Amino acid sequence: MGDKSASKRIMGAAGVPLVPGYHGDRQDIDFLKAEAEKIGYPILIKPTHGGGGKGMRIVQSPDDFVDSFLSAQREAAASFGISTILIEKYITQPRHVEVQVFGDKHGNVIHLYERDCSVQRRHQKIIEEAPAPNVVNEFRSHLGEAAVAAAKAVGYYNAGTVEFIMDTLSSQFYFMEMNTRLQVEHPVTEMIVGQDLVEWQILVANGETLPLTQSEVPLKGHAFEARVYAENVSRGFLPATGSLHYYHPVSISPTVRVETGVKEGDTVSMHYDPMIAKLVVWGENRQAALVKLKDCLLNFQVAGLPTNIGFLHKIANHWAFEKGLVGTHFIEQFKEDLFIDSGVDIGAGTSAASKLGAAIVAACICEMDHNSYKEKFPGGDKLLSLWYANPPFRMHHSAKRLIELEWENELKGKCLELLKLAITCVSKGGYLVEFEGGDSPVMEIKVVHLGECKFIVEADGLSTHVTLARYFKDNCQHIHIWHGQHHHNYQEPVTLDRSNDDASDHKPSFQTASHPKGSVLAPMAGLVVKVLLENGAKVEEGQPILVLEAMKMEHVVKSPRAGYIEGLHIASGQQVFDTSVLFTVKD
Amino acid sequence: RSWRRGLPLSSLRPGQKWAALSSAVLPDGVDRNTEAFARNAANAEGLLSPLRSHIQKVLGGGGAEAVRRNRSRNKLLPRERIDRVIDPGSSFLELSQLAGYDLYEESLPSGGIITGIGPVQGRLCMFVANDPTVKGGTYYPITVKKHLRAQEIAAQCKLPCIYLVDSGGANLPRQADVFPDRDNFGRIFYNQAKMSAEGIPQIALVLGSCTAGGAYIPAMADESVIVKGNGTIFLAGPPLVKAATGEEVSAEDLGGASMHCRISGVSDHFAHDELHGLTIGRNILKNLHMAGKGLNTSPYVSSDYKEPLYDANELRSIAPTDQKQPLDVRSIIARIADGSEFDEFKKYYGTTLVTGFAKIYGQSVGIIGNNGILFIESALKGSHFIELCAQRNIPLIFLQNITGFMVGSKSEAGGIAKAGAKMVMAVSCSKVPKITIIVGGSFGAGNYGMCGRAYSPDFLFLWPTAKISVMGGAQAAGVLAQIEKNNKKKQGIKWSEEEEENFKASVVEAYEREGSAYYSTSRLWDDGIIDPADTRRVLGLCLSAASKPSPEDTKFGVFRM
Repeated sequence: MGDKSASKRIMGAAGVPLVPGYHGDRQDIDFLKAEAEKIGYPILIKPTHGGGGKGMRIVQSPDDFVDSFLSAQREAAASFGISTILIEKYITQPRHVEVQVFGDKHGNVIHLYERDCSVQRRHQKIIEEAPAPNVVNEFRSHLGEAAVAAAKAVGYYNAGTVEFIMDTLSSQFYFMEMNTRLQVEHPVTEMIVGQDLVEWQILVANGETLPLTQSEVPLKGHAFEARVYAENVSRGFLPATGSLHYYHPVSISPTVRVETGVKEGDTVSMHYDPMIAKLVVWGENRQAALVKLKDCLLNFQVAGLPTNIGFLHKIANHWAFEKGLVGTHFIEQFKEDLFIDSGVDIGAGTSAASKLGAAIVAACICEMDHNSYKEKFPGGDKLLSLWYANPPFRMHHSAKRLIELEWENELKGKCLELLKLAITCVSKGGYLVEFEGGDSPVMEIKVVHLGECKFIVEADGLSTHVTLARYFKDNCQHIHIWHGQHHHNYQEPVTLDRSNDDASDHKPSFQTASHPKGSVLAPMAGLVVKVLLENGAKVEEGQPILVLEAMKMEHVVKSPRAGYIEGLHIASGQQVFDTSVLFTVKD
Repeated sequence: RSWRRGLPLSSLRPGQKWAALSSAVLPDGVDRNTEAFARNAANAEGLLSPLRSHIQKVLGGGGAEAVRRNRSRNKLLPRERIDRVIDPGSSFLELSQLAGYDLYEESLPSGGIITGIGPVQGRLCMFVANDPTVKGGTYYPITVKKHLRAQEIAAQCKLPCIYLVDSGGANLPRQADVFPDRDNFGRIFYNQAKMSAEGIPQIALVLGSCTAGGAYIPAMADESVIVKGNGTIFLAGPPLVKAATGEEVSAEDLGGASMHCRISGVSDHFAHDELHGLTIGRNILKNLHMAGKGLNTSPYVSSDYKEPLYDANELRSIAPTDQKQPLDVRSIIARIADGSEFDEFKKYYGTTLVTGFAKIYGQSVGIIGNNGILFIESALKGSHFIELCAQRNIPLIFLQNITGFMVGSKSEAGGIAKAGAKMVMAVSCSKVPKITIIVGGSFGAGNYGMCGRAYSPDFLFLWPTAKISVMGGAQAAGVLAQIEKNNKKKQGIKWSEEEEENFKASVVEAYEREGSAYYSTSRLWDDGIIDPADTRRVLGLCLSAASKPSPEDTKFGVFRM
């Protein structure tokens, strides 16, 4: 079943509905282009082997066909070693619904209901659920029967998934492909049927019969899976690399599963898929499960690299998602809602929530510093601790500490907003926080440090649990705070001893920080697979210049404007790093 | 006299009884019903509010315009600089905030220099920070005096010195009072050399100009940092160079960071900006290694202690505004000693001097406080107690409220001069940390026996109620009027009663003014005026700093017996 073209032929023969398309062996470009015209645009190009959306291209018009075809072929060859391509009709408002099937060596095949895996970005699933929402039982049975028929058509045993594309407009479903393995999202099925599918795999491999018959398969409640990825949501979900400086997933229970292979201190490198964890929750019904999903996402704490947790939380909170109005274009369709920080008053700049977060961060830092310095220098000198008493002593005035924090607005990418705070310690754990140059009122904050990163903070009369994660990176202290419904990141510039710097090298900081006009930076770390143009070449705005590959996905680097290429010293096969200068476009 | 009363056990809370039996817990000692208490309580705000308003003024440095100019050069104010060097969130014991107050025609906030003690990387350091917003950070005579006093404390307590240099050097119009004498400008560098020789680190952070004599501060330092753009070190600035040799050169080329770090080697660390410079300063402190430098780690300090039983804020009302009203010093001790516990020594002998042992933040101390005029017995008791503490290496705390030694034929015949001399000998020679707080009067030889400024206590602070003079104003007026009257009589001039009263009033007025805490602190006869409510905290910080050096054995001179 790994060969999609072959599998579709067999399915067609078995009466499983198929999407119109060409699944044949002919791979010459003109023939396929003609087939595409027959099916009618938009069409989809897919490698016959592999999965995970790798090498897939949507082609809107005949003009784009050739480019898309070639790059799909290249990516397929790189990822799977086989470059055969198929084309089919592209359904504009699809849902991705798949059925978990199981067969044994005695010819029994049953299905364990369907999963909806519609919510995707870059053709990869990020939230899956079972059973599919807004589906009537009759449809559910049809789907299951079709899936069982598909599996039986190939005499399948073991766990498998039959993927269907569901046209929301016509309520038709078509066979897409069959995955002959246990999938990433199988836990949602396990949660609603109360079975261990890995155990079933072992039983089947051992030649035993399936533990349940079709009519015995229970359907209990509702389950969600959210995939936590290291990625830059604001930069088109590009994979991110870095260290997991702080990693505290939610605690597990019979209704909450966290499947993860990383731990605090690990590095997410460019060599593997950037998925950090799978969060799986179960509830009595979809609504209850969704509440749990939202809560778990709020408390899933990762710091050190950008993740999609906040974005997942946004999706989970979206009205359309709450109603189960899912579709593979969900993110595109609701991007207006999903990519705007609801906490920001447009025009007013920094939001009240991020200010409150900054004030709490400042107070917690002060409290932590007090405690840590007190313990840092025991050395038998007991009187010394007097100097670290809280509040610190000043002769006839109060000690005021100035802290500058840059708020990192995750959805705006690297957009930083500077907040200047003055903190006065008024009593043990009691702080007054003022913002410089604003008309915000003085905030009164009480901090109790529970140890490690945990605090209880009372701000403006409200008591909340707060988690603070701090780490150093790029001459900056990065501070993540989780308080109530919010998660904010801040940076505090720290002056490290830059003694290695040459004394004569004193460029003003604005010159070293930015790059010359027209510079094009690598959007991510990766391997250059193709350089399309040379230095001196005249380019138009948006013209592809080179192709990068990272995490087994291609990314075309385009010219930001019209001009001539300069300073392009990169050859294919070369490794480049995040934000390194690739070339410059000059007038 | 309440302190004569025994300890009424019934007045104690149940939990206190055992403590009371094992160690003497002082009673509250304040009679809130007296007129004096009411008057003092009413006065407490009156005492503190002028102090606070003076402090608010000096915290503003050389005024808004100068501060703005300073900021525009990317420079912090000296107190902000110190805040960035000391450990985050730690305390800073600033000294002599009101130095130079009302001293010159022009105002000189804090004497143009900020000094004080704070911990850096867990190590107490003495800070000396020029204030460039005050007369360009130039040294007035009081500036020099304050700088030298900070160095004196540092030498005595073996505290590393951090100089935050930003000064135009000696104030040229006043050069005669600044330059030549022993305790003038040159002494700064002498002290640096001597302390360095003793292994007390001398660190200079050049954050601004460092001209002429000032250039020697970083040059004499063990390690120095200079900030690009703002920091300059040269013996003569560009104008003087042009006048002297005709050479035209920019300040940066003449003595900037790049030149001194790359070519002259006058400075050791190159800082890109002020914050970087201050961070390098912290790093230097991290790398100090002062093992084997004769430093004490106070192993006999108990780590758990009880706070005093009574409200420290009441010290503001206890502070004696009127010297004639008796004050039981035990009511002060009850508000500064751990658990208000005080084990008296020789309680029933020489009762006008109260002596005894207590703990402050777990550190054992011997406390000597005045409860009236010093008689022969009180002086002998004081000498005995000082010897005892010297023998046991117990730091001494003097709570001064003294009108003087008893005068008159009986006292003289009894040898009060001899008794006073014993106390002065004991105070002078005992080699234990000594801290003096002048809570009220400090008159005549009482000032000496109770460890006044001349006896080099490690620290000396005043309450706003302090009065310091050779004798009381009224007594002085009486004496001077007597002499004046005799002179006039010899010359045959008649002195009307009204004239005599006017004469006396002017003397009293002068004594009042010159005896005030502000007059004293402005001239650096002390290390600052403190809020009485802060006394315990200040004592704790001072004890921590003063007990750094390992104890030394005391050797007394010849006691006149």
